[in-house]
Amino acid sequence: MIKLIVQLSSPSLLRSVSVDLNNDSSLLIDIPDALCERDKVKFTVHTKTTLNSFQKPDFSVSRQHEDFIWLHDTLVETEEYAGLIIPPAPPKPDFESPREKMHKLGEGEATMTKEEYTKMKQELEAEYLAVFKKTVQVHEIFLQRLSSHPNLSKDRNFQIFLEYDQDLSVRRKNAKEMFGGFFKNMVKSADEVLISGIKDVDEFFEQEKTFLLDYFSKIKDSTAKAEKMTRSHKNVADDYIHISATLNSIAADDNTALKQHLEKFAELLEKLRKVEGRVASDQELKLTELLRYYMRDIQAAKDLLYRRARALADYENSNKALDKARLKSKDVAQAEENQKQCLLKFDKLSESGKKELTSFKGRRVVAFRKNLIEMAELEIKHAKQCVILHSTCIDLMDSSFIFAVVQVRGRR
Amino acid sequence: MHFPSVFSSSTASPLPTLSDSAMDPPLPVSSSEPPKDIFSEPPADTFKDPLNKTSAEKAASGGLSKAQAAVPVKVAADEELDDLFSDSLGESGAAPVTDVLSAPQNDVIKKDIFEEPPKASTDLFGDDDDEDLFKEPLGAMTKKPQGSLFTEAKSEAKAARPEQSNSAAADLFTEEAFTVTPVVAAAKSSVNTSSKTNGLHSDEEDLFAEATVELSLDSPHNDRRKREAAKPSAPAPSLSASASTSKPQPKTLEELEEEEKEDTFDLNISVTNPEKVGKSTTSLSMFRSKQFTVRRRFSDFLGLYEKLSEKHAQNGYIVPPPPEKSILGMTKVKVGKEDPSSAEFVERRRAALERYLHRVVSHPSLLQDPDVREFLEKEELPRAVSTQALSGAGFLKMINKATDAVSKMTIKMNESDVWFEEKLQEVESEDQQLRKLHAMVESLVNHRKELSVNTAMFAKSVAMLGSSEDNTALSRALSQLAEVEDRIEQLHQDQASNDFFIFAELLADYIRLLGAVRACFDQRMKAWQRWQDAQNMLQKKRETEAKLLWANKPDKLQQAKDEIVEWEAKVSQYEREFERVSATVRKEVIRFEKEKSRDFKKQIIRYLESLLQSQQQLIKYWEAFLPEAKAIA
Repeated sequence: MIKLIVQLSSPSLLRSVSVDLNNDSSLLIDIPDALCERDKVKFTVHTKTTLNSFQKPDFSVSRQHEDFIWLHDTLVETEEYAGLIIPPAPPKPDFESPREKMHKLGEGEATMTKEEYTKMKQELEAEYLAVFKKTVQVHEIFLQRLSSHPNLSKDRNFQIFLEYDQDLSVRRKNAKEMFGGFFKNMVKSADEVLISGIKDVDEFFEQEKTFLLDYFSKIKDSTAKAEKMTRSHKNVADDYIHISATLNSIAADDNTALKQHLEKFAELLEKLRKVEGRVASDQELKLTELLRYYMRDIQAAKDLLYRRARALADYENSNKALDKARLKSKDVAQAEENQKQCLLKFDKLSESGKKELTSFKGRRVVAFRKNLIEMAELEIKHAKQCVILHSTCIDLMDSSFIFAVVQVRGRR
Repeated sequence: MHFPSVFSSSTASPLPTLSDSAMDPPLPVSSSEPPKDIFSEPPADTFKDPLNKTSAEKAASGGLSKAQAAVPVKVAADEELDDLFSDSLGESGAAPVTDVLSAPQNDVIKKDIFEEPPKASTDLFGDDDDEDLFKEPLGAMTKKPQGSLFTEAKSEAKAARPEQSNSAAADLFTEEAFTVTPVVAAAKSSVNTSSKTNGLHSDEEDLFAEATVELSLDSPHNDRRKREAAKPSAPAPSLSASASTSKPQPKTLEELEEEEKEDTFDLNISVTNPEKVGKSTTSLSMFRSKQFTVRRRFSDFLGLYEKLSEKHAQNGYIVPPPPEKSILGMTKVKVGKEDPSSAEFVERRRAALERYLHRVVSHPSLLQDPDVREFLEKEELPRAVSTQALSGAGFLKMINKATDAVSKMTIKMNESDVWFEEKLQEVESEDQQLRKLHAMVESLVNHRKELSVNTAMFAKSVAMLGSSEDNTALSRALSQLAEVEDRIEQLHQDQASNDFFIFAELLADYIRLLGAVRACFDQRMKAWQRWQDAQNMLQKKRETEAKLLWANKPDKLQQAKDEIVEWEAKVSQYEREFERVSATVRKEVIRFEKEKSRDFKKQIIRYLESLLQSQQQLIKYWEAFLPEAKAIA
């Protein structure tokens, strides 16, 4: 079984998604390493802080994916934060695809040469590692976004998450809760549909709503397409491995002048597959991951809008209730109180929501810019490398020809 | 088919039969060296280095020179060639179209042969007398090559007289071709059918172009070589003998001319404009020099193969197999109107047929076949009947194949020649590996197509995302990204078709060709079997004779003796046949390998160049995109 311990010596190196964190050094969090055992990934969460709400300035704890989810859920459920975009929870580590491939590779071992098999295995291990690193990274980013948020960083649960040195022993959700969660989601989306019919009084939110809805569906689509694209690019790179290996074995049997050409060709393909593999993984990291992250982030922003719309609906309902109460002159004071509360809540939500959404927009643009530039630069770099590889190979192959010419000339 | 018969006689040995023509190998006038060695060994080397060329030249020149004593006259007359000329005729020839040159040469040579065979020497070079001869040949070449070329050609032709010219020609060829099968060429030239050589060369035009340049540089060498060649010329005749010239030497001039013309054409065979006529695709093959065009159905190509393999396969020749019939693909073409896949199918078939024809005409013996000529020239061909996959003939063929396979299994040949044993093994393992590689390249093609499709979808999706984006600069960048991805999609698509046409089809061709190679090994085995059977029979007859002697029955004894004599003759005939087939197979395999390595090298380089180009495009696209990304504010 695959057991991996990854030392992320310099996490910043592989940061794919920049989230424009403010550089407040009062609370610094990173995940320096993680341990993967079967389905469980244990992250070491390391905190450095100057805040005195923590007992020590520097400490580490071990956390599992479920703990992160718990933290996210409690934040979402906290009434106080309804007006904030809660950073999206990191996705569950997904080692299925590399594992499955590994399994397939094991089955197909007999049909491959040893060399080919080793290379494929290396390739898969690299893929596995990449997935792993990505997982660690998204978890880290989640925490960093929390720590850089002025309100969320002061959350009690967050601090417990960071500090409590025992196992948090967050239970996994049991079936009933899972079902409950599912049901809640259903209700929420139905509610969303109902509420979305209500015309917003505020121009800003109305616009933001249509934009986010539209953008979400588009970015979701793009993410899926980008995933497919990078995957097929990977396939092309893998094909090079097989072709190169077969060419090598043909070259081994050949004893004509062709031998060296075949060998060179095989060698080139071997180098090419590495470059192509890099192209694919860089695309994955810079583009797909970016889209994927913002897809989730937009979902979080949409949730904010939903909560606000819900508050608005509540407020309107309370207005109606107040009218009714006044009509019947019954429980007027209570209804008035209720209506006031709703209005207050709604106003608060609107205010912080506006701020959050505006900053979100800026954050998104900066992140896109950074990643697109990096991707273009990487693409150029890889393509240039390919060009060099190709032309040296062509030169080498032609050299026998040139050599002959030189000889002839020399003789003359 | 006089082909085989002639052949047999020639191979049989330097027998008197050949005596008539200048070519006769057996009459090595001054042959100081055993020609055979040259013949068998030179091929490989020839390609690689100049030295080889020399050997080839020698062979060629030798043959020609002896027989024809070519005269290097006019070369000087040629424009640029003058200087070069002095050194080497070869140059002149090389620079312009080879075909033209070659053709004339042939004429000349032949003439020489006929008229004054033994004029081999450098001295002759200076002589102009030969020109007359040349003129004649020129007249013969009524073709309409470009003027300049023509003149050159003429010069060559004249040159041809002198040994040098011949040798030069040979040099040119060998050099250009590099990988071209020089041996064969040499042999042929010596034989007298220099035209063949020409044909060969012409096929590989690309190489030629490159080669030309170099040739001019090398010309001096050629001279030397020619001189050298002059000495070894003696062996040439013997070589010629070994060379399996299908045609008897004594050819009339006209015949020769004809041949030459053909060769010229062959140079530029291309299959173009596949048309959907009625139910079938027709293809036009045209010859550039004379704009010669005929229409052929796909089944005509198959028919040509049938004819050729019937005639030549049993002699141990590797007859290039045509592309397979594809009922599925064809029905698609017939049914679908403007389906891209059917267009691809047609193009694929067109390219495959073109390569097939090239392989046929680049084969020195096949080129000489009247059916090939007919196929290329004749306006109307009788419809090939037996090529239909679902016809009675097709069924019969299947049965024949099955019985063949069975008989093959029953033959247990104890191989006496290690070379054949090893080669066969090599061929078999190579076949397997090529199949594997082919499957992988096909999967590469598929994956690349998939990538192209996915990239297109992503491009569309990003374009949509860009239109939704409310930040203007980012929106712009996204739609630029969409455009870049769109172009990249095209790149992937092009690369996929390059993967296919340059790489996968090459492999497919060679898988088929390896089948033909194996078939020629089978033919050799069959010949061996015949010989063994005859020997067994002879043994039996001898036993009966002994029995009769024992039983003292003189009346039947005479009959038995006659039978023994008859079978003895058969045994020796079959043995000779076996030897001949073996020799041919060996030569063919060597030629095949040479051709293969040239083909592979050429295609690999082409393939790499296509990859290189698409990477260069990629750089351009991304570099154009970079400022857009940076402009996002």
